[in-house]
Amino acid sequence: MVKGPPHNDLDVARRILDGDESAFSALVARHHRAMIGVARVFIKDFASAEEVVQDTWIAFLDALPRFEGRASLRTFLFRILSNRAKTRAIRDSKQVPFSSVDDTGDFVEAARFDATGHWIRQPRPWEWDTPEALTSNRQLVAWFEEALKLLPERQRAVVLLHDVEELDSPAICEMLELTEGNQRVLLHRARAAIRTFVDDKTRGRP
Amino acid sequence: MTCQQLTRLVGDYVEGRMSTLEQLRFQFHLGLCEPCRVYLRQLEQTRQSLGHLPEEQPPAQVRDELLHRFRAWKATPR
Ligand SMILES: [Zn+2]
Repeated sequence: MVKGPPHNDLDVARRILDGDESAFSALVARHHRAMIGVARVFIKDFASAEEVVQDTWIAFLDALPRFEGRASLRTFLFRILSNRAKTRAIRDSKQVPFSSVDDTGDFVEAARFDATGHWIRQPRPWEWDTPEALTSNRQLVAWFEEALKLLPERQRAVVLLHDVEELDSPAICEMLELTEGNQRVLLHRARAAIRTFVDDKTRGRP
Repeated sequence: MTCQQLTRLVGDYVEGRMSTLEQLRFQFHLGLCEPCRVYLRQLEQTRQSLGHLPEEQPPAQVRDELLHRFRAWKATPR
C-alpha cells in the first residue's frame, strides 16, 4: 500500500471536493479497518461504532474545504473521528473504564518459557520473507486479521494507527488519550500478540 | 539475560531507549541465541506486514449508505 506524500493528499482532497465518487470510495476502503478500531476504543457497541464512523465521513466532507495539507489527510480524518467518538461516548454516558489488562502482564506468556527463561518451543523462521509475500497469501492475511480482532481495543487501535495508518506517535497519543509511554507499551504488546498468534497458526497450533 | 527477559525489552531495543550497558547485554544474548534473533525478525516482519494488509471494505450496506450520503453532500450547495 503506497502512502502518498502531502501533495497527493491535496490532490485526493480536491478530487473529493469535485465530487469524485471513486476517490471517496477508495479513501473509505483504505481507512475503514482502522476507523472501526479507533471508534471501538471509545464505544464498545459495534453498531454504534459503525455509526460514528459513518457520521465521521460526513463531518470529514464538510471539513474538507478547510484541509490545507499541513497535516496528512489521514491525521485530519482520524482527528475528526476520535473527537466524534469521544463526544458520542460522553453523550451516551457509556464510557468504558479501561481495564489495565491490555498494558500489563507478559509480552509472551510465561508458559512459553522453561524454568531458566528459555524458549520451550524455539521460534523458527517463517516461510514467507517479505511483506509482499503476505498480501498474496490469503490464509496469512486471514490470520493477521483474526489476530487484530482478538486484541484488546486499545492495543488494536494503537497498532492500526501506528503500523497500518502510519500516523506519528504524538498524534496517536492525543487521539487515544494515552501517555507516550503507555502508547509504546500497547504498540509492542500488540505486535508481540499478533506475532505469536500468527506463529502458532503457521505451526499448526490451535 | 534470558530469552523471556529479552522479549520484554524488545520495544526499548528497537526504539533505541536502552542504556549502553543494557544494549550490550541485549546484543550479547542475541549474538548467542538464534531463536531470539528469529523472534526479533518475526516482530519486524509483523510490523511490515501490517503496513501491507489488503484494505478491508466496509459491509456493502454501509458502503451504499455512504455513497448515498456522499451524493447528497455533493448536491448541497457550499
Ligand atoms: Zn534467547
